[in-house]
Amino acid sequence: MQRNPGYWRLLVGLLLAVMVCATVHAETDDTAFAEQVAALNARSFDDKADAARAIASSGHPRATTILQALLDSSLYFRVIEGDVVLAEATDDGFALTDPVTGEAAGAATQYEVRRVVINNAIRGEVRDLLARSGLTSDDPSVRREAVRQLLDNPDPAIAEQIGGLIDEEPRADIRRDMALVLGLSRLQSEAAADRLLALDSLRGSLADRVRNEVRTLANDDPDPAVRAEAAQMLAGIEERRELWGFAEQVFFGLSMGSVLMLAAFGLAITFGVMGVINMAHGELIMLGAYTTYVVQQLMPNHIEYSVLVAIPAAFLVAGSFGVAIERGIIRFLYGRPLETLLATFGLSLILQQLVRTVFSPLNRRVSTPDWMAGSIEVNAAFSLTLNRLYVIAFALLVFLGLMAIFKRTTLGLRVRAVSQNRAMARAVGVSSARIDALTFGLGAGVAGLAGVALSQLTNVGPNLGQGYIIDSFLVVVFGGVGNLWGTLVGGLSLGVLNKFLEPQTGAVLAKVLVLVFIILFIQKRPQGLFPQRGRAAAEG
Amino acid sequence: MAANEITATRLIPQAPHRRLLHGDLGGRILLGILAAMIVVVPVLNLMVPADSPFHVSTYAVTLMGRYLCFALLALALDLVWGYCGILSLGHGAFFALGGYAMGMYLMRQIGDRGVYGDPVLPDFMVFLGWEKLPWFWYGFDHFWFAALMVLAVPGLLGFVFGWLAFRSRVTGVYLSIISQAMTYALMLAFFRNEMGFGGNNGLTDFKDILGFSISAPGTRVALFMASGLALGASYLICRTIVRSRLGRVVTAVRDAEPRTRSLGYRTDRYKLWVWTVSAMLSGLAGALYVPQVGIINPSEFSPLNSIEAVVWVAVGGRGTLYGAALGGALVNYAQTLLTAWLAELWLFVLGALFVAVTLFFPRGLVGLLRRRGDGS
Amino acid sequence: MSWLETTREVMRRDQVFDLVRPAQSVSAGLDTRHGPILYLEDVTVSFDGFRALDELTLYIDDGELRCIIGPNGAGKSTMMDVITGRTRPDHGAAWFGQRLDLLRMDETEIARAGIGRKFQKPTVFPNHRVVENLELAMAGPRGVWSALGARLTGEGRDRIDSVLEEIGLGEAGHELAGKLSHGQKQWLEIGMLLMQNPRVLLVDEPVAGMTHQEMDRTAELLTRLAGRHSVVVVEHDMEFVRSIARQVTVLHQGAVLAEGSMDEVQSDPRVVEVYLGE
Repeated sequence: MQRNPGYWRLLVGLLLAVMVCATVHAETDDTAFAEQVAALNARSFDDKADAARAIASSGHPRATTILQALLDSSLYFRVIEGDVVLAEATDDGFALTDPVTGEAAGAATQYEVRRVVINNAIRGEVRDLLARSGLTSDDPSVRREAVRQLLDNPDPAIAEQIGGLIDEEPRADIRRDMALVLGLSRLQSEAAADRLLALDSLRGSLADRVRNEVRTLANDDPDPAVRAEAAQMLAGIEERRELWGFAEQVFFGLSMGSVLMLAAFGLAITFGVMGVINMAHGELIMLGAYTTYVVQQLMPNHIEYSVLVAIPAAFLVAGSFGVAIERGIIRFLYGRPLETLLATFGLSLILQQLVRTVFSPLNRRVSTPDWMAGSIEVNAAFSLTLNRLYVIAFALLVFLGLMAIFKRTTLGLRVRAVSQNRAMARAVGVSSARIDALTFGLGAGVAGLAGVALSQLTNVGPNLGQGYIIDSFLVVVFGGVGNLWGTLVGGLSLGVLNKFLEPQTGAVLAKVLVLVFIILFIQKRPQGLFPQRGRAAAEG
Repeated sequence: MAANEITATRLIPQAPHRRLLHGDLGGRILLGILAAMIVVVPVLNLMVPADSPFHVSTYAVTLMGRYLCFALLALALDLVWGYCGILSLGHGAFFALGGYAMGMYLMRQIGDRGVYGDPVLPDFMVFLGWEKLPWFWYGFDHFWFAALMVLAVPGLLGFVFGWLAFRSRVTGVYLSIISQAMTYALMLAFFRNEMGFGGNNGLTDFKDILGFSISAPGTRVALFMASGLALGASYLICRTIVRSRLGRVVTAVRDAEPRTRSLGYRTDRYKLWVWTVSAMLSGLAGALYVPQVGIINPSEFSPLNSIEAVVWVAVGGRGTLYGAALGGALVNYAQTLLTAWLAELWLFVLGALFVAVTLFFPRGLVGLLRRRGDGS
Repeated sequence: MSWLETTREVMRRDQVFDLVRPAQSVSAGLDTRHGPILYLEDVTVSFDGFRALDELTLYIDDGELRCIIGPNGAGKSTMMDVITGRTRPDHGAAWFGQRLDLLRMDETEIARAGIGRKFQKPTVFPNHRVVENLELAMAGPRGVWSALGARLTGEGRDRIDSVLEEIGLGEAGHELAGKLSHGQKQWLEIGMLLMQNPRVLLVDEPVAGMTHQEMDRTAELLTRLAGRHSVVVVEHDMEFVRSIARQVTVLHQGAVLAEGSMDEVQSDPRVVEVYLGE
């Protein structure tokens, strides 16, 4: 109900704007406007102030630009012609723009133009005028920006005007910010009762400025009632900010955990199902990240879609490398896990050096598509970065996909058969060699997917994957070998644990502590969080 | 009956310490080469004039001294991997800890000759604005204390790590990765300035060792000889161990641990013993290495270093002791040659070595030579 | 009500608190005055709800040769695991003689106390020679430091020699154990058991994969050992069991189904049903 008048105003405004712009009206308007602009170069400061006011109230689309230029000292007049122009310094003088039309108006040397001089009084007034015109603008984003500006640089005079505008504001989020500005400015009122009211109106906000102002009141306000009220409010604010801070840490932890989890899935498959430690696992992640980079280079005009193309591409690239590794090296080493470890480590060195030679030892930047940039702001103390959110979602999708593959497809059935009893599986006609290659390819492909996700969070370099082998292994062991659920829970909980330790201990020590924790954990539960069930496990 | 008795009597090795090198051709060759080097190289460096073609430069002496340290590390690693079946990917940590213990002694020897001229505090502590020496630096101004720590610190870390790991029966790849995690964690920790070990830059700018200038040719030669002696002595120690019944138990653990346990042996204690000895030998190698290269920093802890040491052992031939020492020296010599010639190529070669040794030469160079010997 | 139960539990006469029990020392020695050397009472082991042993009660007399048979999954290997300390039962008691509580000892203590085990799959140390295998198994100190300085005494050599003779490997003493035939490995393993000088020998499937000739020799060997040692043989091969058994125990679903001489057992209808029926 309350919104209706606002909508009407907006609708009417838009209609008017469309109609007005197209008619003769515009021309006469421009002439009058041009005169006002020319008056900015009047002799007395009073006249200049009048001109500025006239410009602001004209409602002309160029008004804000001109006033801003006046503030920024980029408004000049030509010495000979005497007309006002916008000037931008170039190497050999100035490039001029017509202030009214916004068209280029040639160039000038530094002797041909002079700056339009204003004093501090005018500067203050122009600033007010600008803010006010921003507040009444038809464009909601301009209005929001104006209000934000006021939140950061409070100005009591303008703030009071908001009192009149607030009821007409159609957008709820802008209204909320307006109420903040109003409340903040009223905190400075003379009467204690007004300050109390203002405090009350600010209840619920977590913004930095509100907290600072309330803290000042709680400490310094002459009135004891206000002090008490402010102190109580401050406690509430701090408590809630802490809560949201906690939520933020959980979010960061989940985001880190989902990266760990993605990195660990591939290892969980190759180690859990096949009992093979692939030390080149980190390098397969790196290959996935480089694939993302290459795909982006190949389609520079479609950055938004390149990530979507990179996902299957990285899976295929890393996956085929995986199959090649299995066929070329690992199959000769089954039953000799330590040898496998050494051979694949050698491979990881070769892959790293290969990437260094082919690309460069330097890090490459993969740009984030627009739809993944930015963040969702829940409130002043808590916002969710979109790319991290996407990575979490992606990790969960990969998890579901893998679960589906293992539970629902014949490939999954065969993989489980081979991992449980190789000889028996072969006896019933499962080609264990093929299954091995496919399983390894799947694990490697998933590592490639992890690379795609990583490329969105950090720069891509030859050493990208190096650290991940230890982390992934620890996640797999922590969660319980051969158990994707364990990897999920293990990855997420290690991520969260890490992020909660970090503020207390610093990032490096947090990592060390997590390592020590896992080493001690394995002491207590060598089978991990989710041990494989059955008699074989108990005897192992 | 009588025949059997003779058979048994003759076949069971007698008094291991008396016939330590019995049937150990490789070991004799190794010790022979070492003895020759210890005598000849100093003569060629100090007595032969510099313009003579037989002169060995001080640089070359130091380089060889370093190879000997690597050979010692490889030897220590072979003791646990070749004989006990424990593939450690973290022996670089023991090496580095020994190096740091020696580095701390060398730092204290600088005295007031540092950039800041503080008589007690090393330069980096003055730079960080520290007021007094941290407690764990006490005593390192005495050589005997540092020498003790060179063995004690890696030994203690090895003991604690091994105690935790072996008691809960962490074996195979689990142990390998955990040991790698250990050295990785230590690397991260030593990178921190707050640790009090010079952070990123580590310990360097050494001046004296035992009152002799560390850069003087005489000192270099002495360090080289010390490395050679240490390698020789360590070889004999390891040989004693593997020839004793303890060595046979340890090999039994490698081949069939549950069986050994069911015979009444506490296999975890045996493994722990050998592991700790190996850690101490690695520490010794690190301590000899640091004065010769003049610096110790956290990158010595990097997992790559540890796993490279594994490949030295594999290339030389695991389970032979002398083969490991040979591998340690040869691979590093190859690295020096190749890096000078084509630096980029080295990692390719190293990587290929890993693959080739595991796939085609599981017995290493020693295995190849033996096969050649059998064939002809 | 509950306090009454608690009091009852506390006052139970058949159990005492751990702290009141005397510390058990392996050197206290074995007490077999009452006949049995191994007591298993109400032993239950379950894996994830599956009961491998279900209230198993079994006594082995000193010097006896006992054969234990039963279909797959009857709990034979699990029973051996319990006796040797590899598996801890959920509840029940296991005593070695009357003084040694097996449940309070770990694997190595049990082995040192005098219970030797031959695994189902022959495991010898392949890279040691046969004599070295026997030397490692020889009874004596097991500490790390003592092993470092250990030397083989004349007595030790004689002992190795006589065991070599006993297991019929006198000719192969100098060979690497890994190069022995399957049957020879089985004998070597029994020889290693003998070297431990155990009171009880647990022998898991000694004739699996053996030729008839080898089987006969094994049967002869085991019968010879009984008397000096208590021998518990788990075996599938009925013919072999018949050739050595005096006393046979049939396990089924983790519990004793029948006990007696081979003939008695074979005529027991329940046993017939388990092996043939269903």
